[in-house]
Amino acid sequence: MSALLEVRGVSKRFGGLVAVSDVSFSIAEGEILGLIGPNGAGKTTLFNIVNGVYKADQGSITFAGKDITRYSPDKVVHLGLARTHQIVKPLNDLTVLENVTVGACFGREYLDMAAARKVASEVLQQVGLGDRAGLVARSLTIAGKKRLEVARALAAKPKLLLLDEVLAGLNPTEVATMIELVRKIRDSGISVLMIEHLMQAIMSLSNRIVVLNLGRKLAEGQPDEVVHNSDVVEAYLGFPDIVDKLTRTD
Amino acid sequence: MILRRPFLWIILLIAAGFIYAPLHDNNVSLREDLILIAIAIILASNLNLMIGYTGYVNFGHIVFYGLGGYVGLYLTTVRGWNLVLSALVAGVVVSLCGFLFGLAILRLRGAYFALATIGILQAVQAFVSNFDPWGRSTGMYLSFASYQPLGGARRALWITYFLIIAVMALSMILSLAIKNSKFGLGLFAIREDEDAAVVLGVNATLYKAIIYSVSAFLPAVAGALMFFKNGMIDPSIAFEYMLSLEGIVMLMLGGQGSVIGAALGGTLYEKLRSYLLTSPVLSNFHLVIAGGLLLMVVLFAPGGLIGWLYRWVPRSRKVIE
Repeated sequence: MSALLEVRGVSKRFGGLVAVSDVSFSIAEGEILGLIGPNGAGKTTLFNIVNGVYKADQGSITFAGKDITRYSPDKVVHLGLARTHQIVKPLNDLTVLENVTVGACFGREYLDMAAARKVASEVLQQVGLGDRAGLVARSLTIAGKKRLEVARALAAKPKLLLLDEVLAGLNPTEVATMIELVRKIRDSGISVLMIEHLMQAIMSLSNRIVVLNLGRKLAEGQPDEVVHNSDVVEAYLGFPDIVDKLTRTD
Repeated sequence: MILRRPFLWIILLIAAGFIYAPLHDNNVSLREDLILIAIAIILASNLNLMIGYTGYVNFGHIVFYGLGGYVGLYLTTVRGWNLVLSALVAGVVVSLCGFLFGLAILRLRGAYFALATIGILQAVQAFVSNFDPWGRSTGMYLSFASYQPLGGARRALWITYFLIIAVMALSMILSLAIKNSKFGLGLFAIREDEDAAVVLGVNATLYKAIIYSVSAFLPAVAGALMFFKNGMIDPSIAFEYMLSLEGIVMLMLGGQGSVIGAALGGTLYEKLRSYLLTSPVLSNFHLVIAGGLLLMVVLFAPGGLIGWLYRWVPRSRKVIE
């Protein structure tokens, strides 16, 4: 299996704080890789390094055979690596359709306006925002804005999609539709790297999981391997034997 | 594609009106009023590309107009070039300067960018005031002979007027074309959220430098024409800081981001200004009133006149751009 994204020994410091330290992992084509870890573990920073918002202090990132370590975010998108933001960033005064058209216009295929609008309305149908295309983006609910983030990223026709907590703040019904959407995205041939706190969701979606803690990679493996890893349990809950204790009282 | 926009015809109709009104009865005083309005529209429309489209406030926009005037007047008087060529060359030279300034200062955002634009205006003015070939602080005068190739002064003034009206129409058409283009969509994305725009694939650094440079072109051409018409230029009238600020008032008044808004604001403000300046009671207060007006607009109608129209008649968005 050839790796689509290969992250090797990446580190990032902000002043004295080591946000990400010597992290390596790879994603194969058609795979969903989950990225979990306690708050402040460096997950979003790692996203920002991968898509070029921050420059890595050390290490290298290869995407689809190209070294993108020093690429700016806009060039990364042209290669087919799109992302969403944990804190949504809608283009408030533009319509929902225009927001997604931006994604299509400046994405991997660099479409012209007419073609981009067409792609945008298709993608809006796909994420379930079709009936809201004409509204200004600021009027969407938080769930709508999260979908808009996904739609804009999808409109870029990426090979790899980075999803930063798309489920956070959604109610159970919305979570279920979003999970269904992520699955469909994967089935359409797009690899996904997702940060998520919602364990059931990430367990059921991911092929593999990488766990970060304090900027380091703590564990990597199949979902059920990872949750029974004592280091991981300790990082989340504090006591390595808490699982045993909890299961004993059951 | 732009040919299908109904608004294009409105622009051409306005330009035709500007030409017909003073020409049919050879009304020179009306022509002089309209020329000031046309200049206001040119400045406000091109400023709109920066403020309204891209979200970058340029306090030193007048620098393009003044520099264009200098380059134009230098080429027509000292070099003896013909007017149209001089004006075009002035536009190109100033645009290139704009591109370089832009690459330097567009790394800044928000208030810091705005401050840097004032710095550029001051720096250019200081440079020109000490630049020998351009007559230092006394400036340059046009020799009467320069009007000869255009068939004498009277005809030359009319020709300059038509050219300025053409530049006015082009300014509005340019705004319209950019608004409906992919480039324009990229600019709007930058205005709304620059970080998000970059992550969506917009090359913000390049786009900002290009629009800064584009917004320099037509004001520079207009400056070359206008100072040719006036027959003289010096640093204090070429780089009049007040006019730069008034450009912002015009834009806010009419409605930033809208093509007709910039034009409407330019027209109304210029009308108001000439009324105030000629009124014996109010002539010293015109900037006080301009400041008050800006305050009212920002507080009560942030979208300007056009924003207000869009709110009450949403359908008007389709025709009025």
